[in-house]
Amino acid sequence: MTALPPQPAIEVTHLVKSYAGVTAVNDISFMVPRGEIIGFLGPNGAGKSTTMRILTGYLPATSGQVSICGFPVASEPDAVKRRIGYMPENNPLPDEMRVSEYLYYRGRLKEIPRGKLGARIDEVLELCDLKRVRHKIIGKLSKGFKQRVGIAEAVLAEPPVIIMDEPTIGLDPHQILIVRDLIASLRGRMTVLISSHILPEIEMTCDRVLIINQGRIVAQGTPADLRREVLGQSAYEVEAAGDLGAIPFLLGSIDPGLSVAAEGPVDEKGFRTIKLKTLNADDAGEAILRAFASEGLRVRALSRAHPTLEDVFLAATRRSWDAVADPKGPRP
Amino acid sequence: MKHFFTILSHEVRMLLVSPSTYVVAVAFLSLMGFLFTGILEQYSKAPQDSSPASVFFYFYWIPVLFMVPLLTMKCLAEERRLGTIETLLTTSVTTTEVVFGKYAAAYLLYMAFWGSSAGFFYILKRFAGDAHLIDPGPILGGYLFIAVSGLFFIAIGVFASSLSRNQAVAGMLCVVMLFALLFGGEYLTHAAWLEREALAPLKDAVNYARISQHFEDFTRGVIDMREMLFYISGTVLALIFSILAVEAKLLHS
Repeated sequence: MTALPPQPAIEVTHLVKSYAGVTAVNDISFMVPRGEIIGFLGPNGAGKSTTMRILTGYLPATSGQVSICGFPVASEPDAVKRRIGYMPENNPLPDEMRVSEYLYYRGRLKEIPRGKLGARIDEVLELCDLKRVRHKIIGKLSKGFKQRVGIAEAVLAEPPVIIMDEPTIGLDPHQILIVRDLIASLRGRMTVLISSHILPEIEMTCDRVLIINQGRIVAQGTPADLRREVLGQSAYEVEAAGDLGAIPFLLGSIDPGLSVAAEGPVDEKGFRTIKLKTLNADDAGEAILRAFASEGLRVRALSRAHPTLEDVFLAATRRSWDAVADPKGPRP
Repeated sequence: MKHFFTILSHEVRMLLVSPSTYVVAVAFLSLMGFLFTGILEQYSKAPQDSSPASVFFYFYWIPVLFMVPLLTMKCLAEERRLGTIETLLTTSVTTTEVVFGKYAAAYLLYMAFWGSSAGFFYILKRFAGDAHLIDPGPILGGYLFIAVSGLFFIAIGVFASSLSRNQAVAGMLCVVMLFALLFGGEYLTHAAWLEREALAPLKDAVNYARISQHFEDFTRGVIDMREMLFYISGTVLALIFSILAVEAKLLHS
């Protein structure tokens, strides 16, 4: 594991997949270096699962190239399948088997030598905190345990690349925490690609995020980069009372880029919440306070907003829908 | 074929923990037991010209019609319904290994059930003490016929299971295909329209595919390689179609 070969763990170039006339994945390209945890975000039907299935070699691509650890999926599916641990959507498991039996069967299919398999199963059971249920029948386990059985199965053969389709769907917050720690514990050792709807989830675990919508990548980068790129530089929230008509003029004197994004209703004390945004990265908080005070406006609170990944996601997907609706084509 | 035995042992184990297997076993043994005692009663009343074994095996089609679908309808349909086929095929296992493994497991169990009916003959030999009732020729011929025709029947079941993700649909489809295979040839040989001169090759083909004729030959001790070939080529075709069906469903899923 010390000398990592130079090729990226996952490399996708111009991937297209269409089913019966519908293009599910439309010209996607991305690259994942080794050891990174990458999050795949997108609304339902965006093409996340399809992309993941193509990466594992389960579905053939219509066009484009996909390679895992330098092996092209199309021409060397066997080499690729040996290097991947995959947990499909909804985590299908055979209900009649016991946990340890299932892991043994999967280990044999993944060609782990018989002698090492027992020890390796103990290891993953420990890692996924499944020791208590190792002799239970999978069909009788709770969803959280089942999900962890799926993850244990994916990491069983210690593949360099792990692909998990919505590993935390349907779990309670406590179980999500466990799964998240589990995924974080793989950082550096394995390349992990996970898709999720739960945005804080992705934000906390992933080094990098890919947002896809309608089969295209609409944004990618670290969560911090995405915020800057998609939402602009900064946003402020002011709670103020007084004559608010002068505000646009006032803002122009602080920073020409500063504008009112939204205004809330007036509360019983005469205050209202005003959202401001600007492209300027410098903190304009003090200038805003001073300008408001000089105009005789009373300010109760000022905060610099920290957009969540949710805002980024909504903005990015909305932007891509606008681009599709716009006949002139996508925005730069 | 590296993973064939892994899948085979897994499938045998899955069949052995499934309740439907025991339903099949109980239904098979009780039905065949009743038939066997019925046959023996006939023989005790009046001497017959054929051996009891050949009469016993004459009813082979009854268990085939329910045993084969119950053993095979689950194999591929259930994998697809649960989605476990996705985890299975994303390891370095080929579709061929999956289909062959499941096929072999169902065949082993089918043969094990038929093998257990050998107990009837053992009991007869032990207690009747009448040597002419136990004629080894028809018994061996009968079991050989069961073994060879079973290859084809089970392959048809696997093929039916590969066509649908619903077990019940797969089961019904299997019964229909088996019924057509078992009785279609018999029906067509008596069809008047086949007597025409121009249709003579078709008539030959139908005669070649008459399973009841094969059965009679086997129990009389006539082991014809052409008949063996019929079952083996049928098996190979049905399995190839199953593999293609599984892969085609992936391409168009």
